[in-house]
Amino acid sequence: MWAVQRITAAFLGLAVIVHLVTIMLAIRGGLSAAEILARTRGAELWFGFYVLFALCAGLHGAIGLRNIAGEWLGLRGRTVDALWMGVGLATAAFGIRAAWGLYHA
Amino acid sequence: MPEPLADRFTPPREATLRRSGGDRRHPTYVAFVIHRVSGLLLALFLPLHFWALGQAISGEAALEGFLRWTDNALFKFAEWGLVVLLAVHLAGGLRVMALEFLGWRARQKDMVAASAGVAIAAAILFLLNVG
Repeated sequence: MWAVQRITAAFLGLAVIVHLVTIMLAIRGGLSAAEILARTRGAELWFGFYVLFALCAGLHGAIGLRNIAGEWLGLRGRTVDALWMGVGLATAAFGIRAAWGLYHA
Repeated sequence: MPEPLADRFTPPREATLRRSGGDRRHPTYVAFVIHRVSGLLLALFLPLHFWALGQAISGEAALEGFLRWTDNALFKFAEWGLVVLLAVHLAGGLRVMALEFLGWRARQKDMVAASAGVAIAAAILFLLNVG
């Protein structure tokens, strides 16, 4: 869990910088669905980036919640860890579904 | 009454800080709390963010409808808050990674200040660009 948290953190360190720069550029003059979809559709490399981003964010968030739940609520153990990994993967799948919608639907 | 064993081997200033709760006012402790709270809020927000982006699956009209629904001052303020949380957590995380992987243990207060600077810069940039 510690290693997964650090590996995802290393990727997220770069990905969040890219995401913040994209946000700053995209919000200029307001957001519209047509503008967003014109930028995203068919951009396979960006789709791959966001799939990895969603996977890392989902796992990183769930492991962070697992650490907090362990410290604050005393929820610990292998079964609890497996449940948190499930939460992380489900969140990631939800994010990958959203990325699919933006890049392919 | 004899002095507690731990304090006998602790430098006087550190022992005083611990007794007075002063270590909780240390910039690195404040940075730890901010990193944890920002991470907690971002982790709880993430499924909501994915749900919002997932509107695109139902087509351009659905996404446009959602964007127009959120096009008001309250949501703009919330978006700004989320960008600040993201920048705060990123900057704090880079500090932790520098500490753990590169062993940059010196000048921790400066590292905390630099992290705060990155977050403030992101907050101002968002306000300058938001339409």
